[in-house]
Amino acid sequence: MKARIFFLISILLVGGLLWTGLQAVHPFGNPNETPMDDYFIANAQGEAAANNVVTSIVFDYRGFDTLGEGAVLFTAVISVAALFRKRGHN
Amino acid sequence: MNPLSVVARTVCNLFAWFLAVFGIYVIIHGHLTPGGGFQGGAVVATFMAFLLVAHGGKKMQSWVKKDIFTLMECGGLTLFITAGLLGMSNTFFFNFLAKAGGLFGSVVPIGPNPGALNTSGTIALMNLSVGLEVVGGLSMILLYMFSGAHPEESFGREEAGHDR
Repeated sequence: MKARIFFLISILLVGGLLWTGLQAVHPFGNPNETPMDDYFIANAQGEAAANNVVTSIVFDYRGFDTLGEGAVLFTAVISVAALFRKRGHN
Repeated sequence: MNPLSVVARTVCNLFAWFLAVFGIYVIIHGHLTPGGGFQGGAVVATFMAFLLVAHGGKKMQSWVKKDIFTLMECGGLTLFITAGLLGMSNTFFFNFLAKAGGLFGSVVPIGPNPGALNTSGTIALMNLSVGLEVVGGLSMILLYMFSGAHPEESFGREEAGHDR
């Protein structure tokens, strides 16, 4: 019973915080700061020569970020291999 | 793990190839359509999961080896870093192939256009290398987890059994 009251209070608290936070969200598709978006939309086709602006951001403008993602995947594979490898021939 | 029934295997044999073709399409058209190396690589790895689940470990063991996937993963990441380093005269990850002619070097007209496969410079190359890496990595995770969960059906060379 105590745990239930605790859960109820925490749900109300989190829900109230979320609700008050959502009141301040500005309408969708109408960002406050647009210079970055405008630059990408205007120049991605000319600079990166790619029709897909999202791909040109992911692989060209922020290629270093994608390198990190690849490294994360590589590390995950190595850790899975280390976890499931057979015991050594001792 | 035992193979599934004849019905499941037949359906898998038929439809797994559509999955592979779709994944390769998503990888190759990464700079034109939604998707890219990561997403298409995951789709192709799902093709490997299809084959593994439907046909069981023994068949899969006779078809593929882990070494191929190791080569794919390491080669993909190396190609990615190399494509980033080759533009180093300007900046790291500089798109040195774009609009330079040759492979992937065509100029894109500004504005809405149907798009050509031969554009976008290193972006297409990086999509291919990341796709290669994701296919190899996820398939290796799959095979390692399978051989960990079913140690009696071994994969690869190093575990080639002592008891048979």
